[in-house]
Amino acid sequence: MRYIPAVLVLLISGFFGWYVVSPDHPIKLGLDLAGGTELIYRADTSLIEVDKPGALNSLREVIERRVNLFGVAEPLVQLEQSSAVAGAVEDRLLVELPGVTDVQAAVDAIGATPSLEFKLISAGAAVVDGNIEPSFTYLDTGLTGRYVKKADLQFGSAGGAGIANEPIVLLTFTDEGGALFEQITRDNVGESLAIFLDGEPISTPVIREAIAGGTATVSGGFTPEEARELVRNLNFGALPVPIELIGSGAVGPTLGAEAFEAGLIASGLGFLLVALFMIIWYRLPGLVASIALVIYVLVTVAIIKFIPITLTTSGIAGFILSIGMAVDANILIFERMKEELRRGERAHEAVRIGFARAWTAIRDGHFTMIISSVILFWIGTPLVQGFALVFGLGVITSLISAVFITRVLLLAIVPHEANRIWRFLLETGLYRHKGSELSTNKN
Amino acid sequence: MFVVRNRRFFFILTGILLVASIVAILVIPPRLSIEFTGGSLLEVSYEGDRPEVGLIHDEVELLGLGELSVRESGEQNVTIRSRTLAPEERTELLSALSLGGTASVTELRFNSIGPSLGNELAIKALYAIMAVSLAIVLYIAWAFRGLSRPVPSWGYGLIAVLMLAIDIIVPTGFFAVYAFFTGAQIDSLFVIALLALLGYCVNDVIVIFDRIREHLKNNERDEIEEAFDVTIGKSIDETMGRSINTGLTVVLALLALAVIGSEATRNFALVMMVGVAAGTFSSITRSAPLLIPIAEHLEKKRALKEANEKE
Repeated sequence: MRYIPAVLVLLISGFFGWYVVSPDHPIKLGLDLAGGTELIYRADTSLIEVDKPGALNSLREVIERRVNLFGVAEPLVQLEQSSAVAGAVEDRLLVELPGVTDVQAAVDAIGATPSLEFKLISAGAAVVDGNIEPSFTYLDTGLTGRYVKKADLQFGSAGGAGIANEPIVLLTFTDEGGALFEQITRDNVGESLAIFLDGEPISTPVIREAIAGGTATVSGGFTPEEARELVRNLNFGALPVPIELIGSGAVGPTLGAEAFEAGLIASGLGFLLVALFMIIWYRLPGLVASIALVIYVLVTVAIIKFIPITLTTSGIAGFILSIGMAVDANILIFERMKEELRRGERAHEAVRIGFARAWTAIRDGHFTMIISSVILFWIGTPLVQGFALVFGLGVITSLISAVFITRVLLLAIVPHEANRIWRFLLETGLYRHKGSELSTNKN
Repeated sequence: MFVVRNRRFFFILTGILLVASIVAILVIPPRLSIEFTGGSLLEVSYEGDRPEVGLIHDEVELLGLGELSVRESGEQNVTIRSRTLAPEERTELLSALSLGGTASVTELRFNSIGPSLGNELAIKALYAIMAVSLAIVLYIAWAFRGLSRPVPSWGYGLIAVLMLAIDIIVPTGFFAVYAFFTGAQIDSLFVIALLALLGYCVNDVIVIFDRIREHLKNNERDEIEEAFDVTIGKSIDETMGRSINTGLTVVLALLALAVIGSEATRNFALVMMVGVAAGTFSSITRSAPLLIPIAEHLEKKRALKEANEKE
């Protein structure tokens, strides 16, 4: 009967192991390990009186769109506030670009004003896979958002231009832009003039006549919100909220990969050393603890993959420390077990009592760690948070692994009565222990 | 009982270690990295022969970026530290490092931190350490709430934090000396090492206190009169094997990181190893024995009070 829990534990660990090695869900690596660029901006909200969160949100959206244009896999754009502990609260924008190492190119792309371009469409034909298909080429006209003096939001009225109540963006060009616009429309009556926003065509009206007067309307099937946002972006020139670069970092892919590899090898080697020590000193329980540690590592890595937690150098440090905690829990238990054995307890009972006696120390140790990591996660900087998250998670797993996995496995193996071989296997140290020295304690 | 009997010796040893560390920190204070002060750091790798540092320095000087330091790092790398650079200035710096295109450089990492951001990181790190210490006292005071004689539970919390102060000062003192010779700087990983040490050491202290708690409870249940220092001596002896073995395993795990890790993680591992060694030693020799003078002091006060009440 006592084998059933042990077999179950091994089966479940097998499942975790399968999840860990399955390549479908690779561990998410932080910029310091995968390489990439991080930019921290301060958002100047001093001029915004109403709806600050709304303005910040539209800032994030605009930046996100530009970052997406940059063609980066899994970019991160998020708003942050500096903590109150460091004086005045600032609004910040954090941009993470994995794989990008050219800080300047990234800064340029993000700091750019929204691009509004007018392009002529020239229809033609192209041969694709042996079939003749119509194709379009866009011709630059030189007319861009730079020539827009201001933008206004209007709604189409029945009988007037556009569909009733359709939002329309009215652009007023500068003198230069107005002249250019008039010339383009005069030369290309009957053609389509595509309007591009941030590289995407948003509307392709047909030019009916030359348009003088320096204004143009854009009606691209906007929702009122989209139209309002476009008007705001164009009027603010750059962004709804001015931003200033206050911090940046870039890690080259080679350095990141080296750091990750070194961390991985170091963890593996460290683990082997610890297991070796445990087996030499604690013999059979040491071996069981080593197996429990392997399971512990599998479970923790599986959780990191599942949530997923982005792993950074500091996260690896937290992980290594949590392995230390897990080992310590086992050592506490084995020392207690040994004491019970030397006191003359029967083997199976000694295991049981050893666990029970070690529990309060393990509980208090682990709980202080959990509290500490919660605090660190709460007030820490991102690096400290990365440490605290993995460490806290590891400590919780360690608590479960020590009192559950090791216990179940040991109880399944250890017989009720220990013969000489079993006594040797359950003893500790490099030499053979003579009799029960501690039971006639001098204290 | 060895530790308890010789506690004066260990107290003095602690004092010497503490004073030495504080002197080291004050006389040769390790420099703060740009993460805390603001500034820029650029590390590049040269392909083929790395030019002389002096040559690089002269070339970079021409840009007029203010005061900067050029250091060799590793086999092929050069690290430049300066005031906070704008992205364009970084591009200029990179081209200056290639010595007008004659040397091939690869950018390994670039960090630029504005002064306000750096200041915030430093303050946050300090707050984190203090908040964690406070939480630890409170938790220990709560976990040991059943104990009142001869030392109330807050005494255990107080000593735990006193130990933590020592456990932070000694590795920092070591780091000051280490940094003096290697040019290492206090960075976020160093702060993380300290935080990890806090965790490790408090766990170490808790294990010993847990034993004392158990003995005190058992004595009370079995109505055994036992001198407090005997209980403490017994508790230390019984937990010593565990303390040493746990310390050893953590050092073993860190050893690998210290030997093969990158420069940053090597500093982390070294600080941790020194801290774990010092922490293990300190929790065995000092944490519990420190309870004795507190107990004696409280007993004296109690006796005095009782005498007063009789009069």
